[in-house]
Amino acid sequence: MITVEGLGKRFGDTQVLSGIDAVFQKGKVNQIIGRSGSGKSVLAKCMVGLHKPEEGRVLYEGRSFHEIDFDERRQVRQRIGMLFQGSALFDSLNVLENVMFPLRMFGAMPKDEMQDRAHECLKRVRIVDKDLLFPAELSGGMQKRVGIARAIAMEPQYLFCDEPNSGLDPQTAIVIDDLIKVITEELQTTTVVITHDMNSVMETGEHILFIHQGRKWWEGDRDALLHSGNQELNEFVFAGSLMRQVKKAMGG
Amino acid sequence: MQPFFRYFRDLRGLLLHAAARSKISETRRIERVVVRIALRRQGSGAEAWPTFAATVSIVFHIGRYALLLREVFARPERLSIYWRRTVEEMDLLGVQSLGIVALLSAFMGAVITIQTKTNIDSPLIQAWVVGFATRQSVILEFSPTVISLILAGKVGSNIAAEIGSMRVKEQIDALDIMGVNSAGYLILPKLAATIMIFPFLVMISMFLGIFGGWMAGVQSGVISSDDFIMGIQTGFKPFHVTYALVKTVVFAFIITTVSAYQGYHTRGGTREVGISSTRAVVYSNVAILLANLVLTRALLL
Repeated sequence: MITVEGLGKRFGDTQVLSGIDAVFQKGKVNQIIGRSGSGKSVLAKCMVGLHKPEEGRVLYEGRSFHEIDFDERRQVRQRIGMLFQGSALFDSLNVLENVMFPLRMFGAMPKDEMQDRAHECLKRVRIVDKDLLFPAELSGGMQKRVGIARAIAMEPQYLFCDEPNSGLDPQTAIVIDDLIKVITEELQTTTVVITHDMNSVMETGEHILFIHQGRKWWEGDRDALLHSGNQELNEFVFAGSLMRQVKKAMGG
Repeated sequence: MQPFFRYFRDLRGLLLHAAARSKISETRRIERVVVRIALRRQGSGAEAWPTFAATVSIVFHIGRYALLLREVFARPERLSIYWRRTVEEMDLLGVQSLGIVALLSAFMGAVITIQTKTNIDSPLIQAWVVGFATRQSVILEFSPTVISLILAGKVGSNIAAEIGSMRVKEQIDALDIMGVNSAGYLILPKLAATIMIFPFLVMISMFLGIFGGWMAGVQSGVISSDDFIMGIQTGFKPFHVTYALVKTVVFAFIITTVSAYQGYHTRGGTREVGISSTRAVVYSNVAILLANLVLTRALLL
């Protein structure tokens, strides 16, 4: 479980986030949604320690991430898996080496076992016989899937996905959403997905946080999302024609 | 208050502010503080402002460079992986630079010999002096310094572009999130590789420079082989080779760390990677020239 308490972040004189309180539950796909520039990626980066918040705390199982010492923070980080928007696969390593990377850095198992584990992760994301290909030789969807395989190689307790569907066709996006959902259930991870894709929200969102102008504007589940009276949230959710039709069908 | 004291009061305030904000990536915030101080000083006889801003900028970058070095020398997560990467970097940064080093050395040695001969063509000067001058030029300055300047262009830009690209493509963030010391993992193997391999490149350069001089001198008929060989043997001091290798190691450190610093703190996109790469070469060259002067005064005088 990850708890965020009164989190605030400034860049110079610009207040990007303020007073964010949230609890991200274990075994659930928690989604942070919001318009571009609303601060959702900054929130995720504060949570994984890439940004240091000026106010508030991020607690991993009750321990404040930014207040623990370097070694403890490193231990927490080894339990975090993250899928980046651009996949962030290492260009100089092939698919197998990318997935094996965290195992080689921190794992204590022999090389054969590492390879087996990497193959198991790749199989789970449906990447087979692509071991020797380099990231530049993969499609966007395959890069994302390899990114997921690398993120789950160490069996993380916390999984962060930054816009996992951006730049993907709808079918591939559904495959990625399903993967995230299945992995969350199987590994019982605390999964945090940053997205503005409403299809993804309706597919997998179990606990949703709407960030607007750097503040938590709304929090709830999928069903509550569709019936919310929050004006900004409704403008965001029903901006696309598909969602407008859903609203119409619901008699809204 | 006297301008002199005000200047240092402002500088102290700024440094305390920077220290309080330990997050080293927040350059912009510190720049804003500098601007605020500048605005406050307007109309109060702030003639020293450009000097002040330059001093603050230099102090800031030196501090951030020192913090990066501290991370680079932190305990590696897994030595075997670092060693494997070091060997790969020795090939990429060292062995693959052998061609350009060999070509430049041979031709520069040849040119030094011919130019020396044409400039000291006097019956009062013995013929072997050409060989002597070629050897001294090559060992003392050409091989360690000029070759390092060339390597700053080739290797420095390579390091800054590689690390800068990794930064803008979030690969360094990925390393950090995994709990890997990204500065150590990316920079330490490169540093170890260049420190180990550059002295070999420079020794090869010394040999080829003198050999190129001998070939050009003998082939063009400006000096006989015997005179040239006598020249390169006359007054030889082994310490000069040691001096050259010490310089090379220092230059290797400068090239790698300055270029890595530029790459590691790249922000933005591909354009910024290009800017970092250019800065890496320019700053490495300036630092090499300064270090060359300091080392020459310290070791030869």
